Amino acid sequence: MMPLRRFQIHQPKTVKEAAEMLSHYGEKGRLYAGGTELLLAMKHDLLRYEHLVDVKTVPGLDEIEIGNASLHIGTTVTHRAIEQSVPVREKFPVLAEMANHVANVRVRSTGTLGGNLCFAEPHSDPATLLLALQAHVHVQGRSGERTLGMEELIVGAYETTLATDELLIGIDIPRIAKSQRAAYLKFQTHERPTLGLALVLDVDGNGRSITKARAAVGSVSPKPCRSDQADALLAGPRDKVEKQLDDAAKVLADAADPVDDLEGSAEYKRHLIGVYLRRAFVKALA
Amino acid sequence: MKLSFNLNGRPIEVEYEHQETLAEVLRERLNLTGTKISCEVQVCGACTVLIDGLPVSSCTLLAYEARERNVVTIEGLAKPDGALHPVQQAFIDEFAFQCGFCTPGMILAAKALLDENPKPSREEIVHYMDGNICRCTGYVPIVRAIQKAAQKLSNEK
Ligand SMILES: Cc1cc2nc3c(=O)[nH]c(=O)nc-3n(C[C@H](O)[C@H](O)[C@H](O)COP(=O)(O)OP(=O)(O)OC[C@H]3O[C@@H](n4cnc5c(N)ncnc54)[C@H](O)[C@@H]3O)c2cc1C
Ligand code: FES
Ligand code: FES
Repeated sequence: MMPLRRFQIHQPKTVKEAAEMLSHYGEKGRLYAGGTELLLAMKHDLLRYEHLVDVKTVPGLDEIEIGNASLHIGTTVTHRAIEQSVPVREKFPVLAEMANHVANVRVRSTGTLGGNLCFAEPHSDPATLLLALQAHVHVQGRSGERTLGMEELIVGAYETTLATDELLIGIDIPRIAKSQRAAYLKFQTHERPTLGLALVLDVDGNGRSITKARAAVGSVSPKPCRSDQADALLAGPRDKVEKQLDDAAKVLADAADPVDDLEGSAEYKRHLIGVYLRRAFVKALA
Repeated sequence: MKLSFNLNGRPIEVEYEHQETLAEVLRERLNLTGTKISCEVQVCGACTVLIDGLPVSSCTLLAYEARERNVVTIEGLAKPDGALHPVQQAFIDEFAFQCGFCTPGMILAAKALLDENPKPSREEIVHYMDGNICRCTGYVPIVRAIQKAAQKLSNEK
């Protein structure tokens, strides 16, 4: 057995109190949500903390709310709660379907969306989809609140721009308009995806023309990535875009700069980006 | 510290420490060894137990998370008179185990699936059970057992 070293759990009642606890314990403390990542790293002795601050005891962070302009997901909402939410299934089917394919059913029951994003594990499904959907996260620390885009939150493998005393409190995703089509596809043979690819298209005239496109690719390199140049190649009359898919994939792959790892070689991942961009394009417009 | 929760339908109180996993408390403090531990990293599902009806990996979930909640382990499935739960009986009838190490977790995950989705398609069964690993059976009899249990449960209603 891999027993955990001794630690104490603290139960803040407000975000402010949690921020103060995090600042007080400094290096010795860490925020704790579902624990599905954190406890594994602690079991393997990669991380050591004497104090865990349980964000789940702060009321109100586990809610999903659909507003006129956006969907708000509290940080402690689990993958399962997203996949089961009726409004998410109706208005954001791409998000519900993605959540239903994160990890296994046990991890989905306990793992939170906030924990997934804050751990910044390179093989994250939500991080890639949320980048394409132009999501924002709300962050709060002792000195106040700020709002960050996905690219401002996740800056590298296991690396975010959160300060020691800062908590992610929620995620806002703009409503998917009637003229928009979104798809997320992943390729996975192991525990984590080898590649995740998200595509959001603004379409005109029964899908004959694409007015705007936003693609994101993740898992192939340290953080999810997108490219203005690839997005430009993905816009225009549909038959023209179809001919440009390989070029767009190449540009996207250059931007992502895939790495060799246990999930596959960089070359293989570049190939996958081409295959999955095409599939996502077909799926989005189906 | 004291942890109180509902275990297999009965309120229980047990001494524990914050860093203890639910599997440690179940196996070492409560001697309920039906919950198996294998990979210890949430991959295999041998340690599956249900908390408020949802499957969790007790190898990693802290016992702390069980406070004031309902925990069901494999020991809690049969009726007090010993009559097996339909999922348990179906696993026997369909020869859905060999060494049996994955079985408690398989059965609890399957129960959670059928409680939520009484008539799952084959694809739905495979997707839901995807995180429960079996080294022996090749899965075919497990899927069959779940289908059979689903039928039996729907006939009972
Ligand atoms: C077997 C397995 C398979 C997996 N497969 C996939 C997969 O296919 N796709 C995928 O995307 N993910 C996958 N995951 C990752 C999974 O999604 C995450 O483990 C989970 O969402 C993390 O959430 P948590 O609440 O458990 O985080 P925790 O483990 O509690 O926390 C993770 C980190 O985030 C920090 N943190 C948590 N909440 C906050 C907050 N509100 N503010 C600031 N910091 C915070 C913690 O301090 C910690 O450092 C897998 C995980 C496992 C174990
Ligand atoms: S022992 Fe818990 S999932 Fe393998
Ligand atoms: S019966 Fe042996 S591992 Fe499943």
